[in-house]
Amino acid sequence: MEDWRRGRSAFWLIGLGPTFWLLLFFLVPLAIVWLYSFAELRGLVDMEVTGTLDNYARALDPLYLEVFGKSLAFAGITTAISLVVGFPVALAIVFAPPRWRPVLLLLVILPFWTNLLIRTYALIAVLRVRGFANFTLEWIWEQSNTLLSLLGLGSYQLLGERFEPLELLYNNTAVVIGLVYVHLPFMVLPLYAALEKLDRSLIEAALDLGASQWRAFMTVVVPLSMPGIISGAILVFIPALGSFLTPDLLGGTDSQMIANVIERQFKSANDWPFGAALSFLLMYLTFAALALRAVLARGRGGI
Amino acid sequence: MNTSGDAATTRGAPIIEISGLCKRFGDFAAVDKVDLTVERGEFFALLGPSGCGKTTLLRMLAGLDLPTEGTIRIDGQDMSLVPANRRPVNMVFQSYAVFPHMTVLDNVGYGLRIDGVAKDEIRRRAEEALDLVKLGGFGNRRPDQLSGGQRQRVALARALVKRPKVLLLDEPLSALDAKLREAMRLEMVNLQETVGITFIIVTHDQSEALSMATRIAVMDAGVVQQIAPPAELYEFPASRFVADFIGSVNMIEGRVEAAANGRIRLACPGIAAPVEMEQDRLPAVGSTAWVALRPEKIDITKEVPPEPGLNRVSGVVEEITYLGETSVYHVRVAPDLPLIKVSSANLDRVTRRAFTWEDPVHLSWTSSCGVVLDR
Amino acid sequence: MARVPIGPLEYTRRTWMRLTLLATFVFLYAPIVTLVAFSFNDSRRNIVWRGFTTKYYEKALGNSELIEAFVNSLTIALLSTLIATVLGALTALLLWRFRFPFKAGYEGAMALPIVIPEICMGVAMLAFFAKVGWPSGLPWPFSLSAIIIAHVSFSFPFVAVVVRARLAGFNQELAEAAQDLGASEWRVFWDVMVPFMRPGLVAGALLAFTLSLDDFVITFFTSGPDTVTFPVKVYSMVRFSVTPEVNAASTVLIVLTVLLTSAALWLQFRQEKKES
Repeated sequence: MEDWRRGRSAFWLIGLGPTFWLLLFFLVPLAIVWLYSFAELRGLVDMEVTGTLDNYARALDPLYLEVFGKSLAFAGITTAISLVVGFPVALAIVFAPPRWRPVLLLLVILPFWTNLLIRTYALIAVLRVRGFANFTLEWIWEQSNTLLSLLGLGSYQLLGERFEPLELLYNNTAVVIGLVYVHLPFMVLPLYAALEKLDRSLIEAALDLGASQWRAFMTVVVPLSMPGIISGAILVFIPALGSFLTPDLLGGTDSQMIANVIERQFKSANDWPFGAALSFLLMYLTFAALALRAVLARGRGGI
Repeated sequence: MNTSGDAATTRGAPIIEISGLCKRFGDFAAVDKVDLTVERGEFFALLGPSGCGKTTLLRMLAGLDLPTEGTIRIDGQDMSLVPANRRPVNMVFQSYAVFPHMTVLDNVGYGLRIDGVAKDEIRRRAEEALDLVKLGGFGNRRPDQLSGGQRQRVALARALVKRPKVLLLDEPLSALDAKLREAMRLEMVNLQETVGITFIIVTHDQSEALSMATRIAVMDAGVVQQIAPPAELYEFPASRFVADFIGSVNMIEGRVEAAANGRIRLACPGIAAPVEMEQDRLPAVGSTAWVALRPEKIDITKEVPPEPGLNRVSGVVEEITYLGETSVYHVRVAPDLPLIKVSSANLDRVTRRAFTWEDPVHLSWTSSCGVVLDR
Repeated sequence: MARVPIGPLEYTRRTWMRLTLLATFVFLYAPIVTLVAFSFNDSRRNIVWRGFTTKYYEKALGNSELIEAFVNSLTIALLSTLIATVLGALTALLLWRFRFPFKAGYEGAMALPIVIPEICMGVAMLAFFAKVGWPSGLPWPFSLSAIIIAHVSFSFPFVAVVVRARLAGFNQELAEAAQDLGASEWRVFWDVMVPFMRPGLVAGALLAFTLSLDDFVITFFTSGPDTVTFPVKVYSMVRFSVTPEVNAASTVLIVLTVLLTSAALWLQFRQEKKES
């Protein structure tokens, strides 16, 4: 690497364009929103930057605190489920026969290349009352009933008089299902990368020394794939926390996340200062998550 | 094949009994119908070129690979399909597999922790084991602060601390540099004598096996070629593969003309007189056989040796390899025969060497200094 | 023996692992597969198979708004990819080649568009274009400029990451050899650096293209009534109702992305083969 002073002309030639773009079309817009977060509404759309902290104070209103809490909970639960589901998947891919590995990996990545909106929309068709999840459940219900009748238990109606389709859409469950659906690949890939690097003889050594598979997993595989776990968790948690589309399309009125509230301030409520404050709070939460990861990474590196 | 003829020792039942063991991957047999017994307290070596199935055999003993066919009995109990964590054996891995996220002491105490041994005792026994492998005081180090040799000792201590019935070692010295490797051979032998545990070591290095083991099984292509103590393996190889793999050898092909009363006469193309050898096992008359001669067992002289009853052949020195204490002469005896290697101690300084290039020489050997092999 | 016993590390051969894997893939693919399947279903109710039809494709093709949105999306993706690839490559070169004051801070700022939530970026773009009074009602394709700018802003740092990863494997001696043979710095750049960067550039460009096609949130905040993109159009249709027409349009986009991804993977595979 050379010092910039040794090749000033090349340095400026290369660096000017991207720097200019980042400054003008990214940092300036962010700065504007940041300024707006200290503004007061004057009339219907006009604002004046007065340095007020009212917008941030308003975010502490229980109503909005609940939204923040809910968003954190959704993101947290999504991360946890993705980890629990993603770990066996990553493990299965790493320990699959070599010729199957790229195929399985591709199958995990492929949905990621498909449009998010389309995937969410596809999920609606599966989850709605007259969708496929219920269709399948009803079929299982009917088969079980037939089975019970065959066993002579038909008259007791153990499974209820008729099939009650589950309300799978427009509630919190739907949002979590949707978030896991969208973010699972982000968990599997770093886990795969970490597990692939893991020396297999370490697991074998644990087994050889008497550890059960579960014990070997908890004492050797998990600690040694911690960097992958942390990366995966961050890669799922951060986008899940800022999700807009999933709660918007799959959630009910009480399952809205921060992003939905922000969108409302800008698009329908026309309270830009408050929306700006909320979006900066969301950003700070994101940075906090990143900082936590840095701390965790350093803690692990130090020992 | 059952070569474990000397199994009738008085030390009780064999610690390891393997019979008809196979491991196939599709059509490929990594281990092919192996029968093997290892006695209590032996230092047993599995020797063979890479890919011969020796590591797979060891891993099947540990339970890390499961056999396709056959049985493994450890201390009399059938362990063929028992999971690795419930076998009374422990392993030292080729990569050592020292847990990088634990201290040395935690590594050594890992197996005891699994067994639910009390904390104080774990500490005591782990430190004891570290003393045994001369790593006392290293308990609080992390594996990345250790050298390769030290890591290997940690792996040894970690396996030994569980007092296994058998200790399995997979190429334990291959990652060490040459000097350290030599020193470790002796140390391993001493260690084995101290702890009295049966050691089974896998190696591709014949000198390692010869210098450490009490008995050696030579494997090739999944099949055990011969099981014997080191000296027997060297002096009486059972096949051309073993003869060639262990040490250096001249292989002279011939046709068996007569074989009776422990004497064999062969007609070897390129050698004028018939070659006569003495041996208990007699090949079939008329079959092809090979005389295996170690280079140091052949005499090289300027004049025709006067003693009667020797096998002799004359030739020309074509190449000389100087090895310090010995020199190896490559002698051409016939235009289409491979050169015959003869090693001779350098008693004088090289400048006064007896033979030089292009010298006509006479080679001779007694009838009991080599073996006749029919496979 | 009929069955080969499962070794301790052959996790993929264990039944419960296979079931997890299967369940995960069903979970990931069932929605997409049903979506595609029912774009060919001759029923508006969508749930029971009533026979094969392509009428929803004809309908989608006949929907001029949908077509316009599709063309807009492709145009935006193409143009933003072009700009983002150039800017991303320059960023990568800058960070790879030079040591300069506040470099860590500079790198952090470059990573911001990758890490901050889309919604924050979306409202920032909305506020920015409102504040500077970006002209609306320009003739096509200039009417798309705001969206293109927004897309470049979030995608060029991704390109930079990909290209920089490629540059990390560059052997400096190649450039020195070229210089030694008399090439000017400019010639070295074109004859040595650019060919070496090419796989990274292709991968980065494809990533930028997909990100642009995929984006809904940021576009949602920068598009006006005349500049509707495909995701924004689909969004408004989905909010209204679930129809096979949307399925048909979505299927077209899925096929397009799958083709693009396959092409990318194939190119990458070929490159790896060439280099190994």
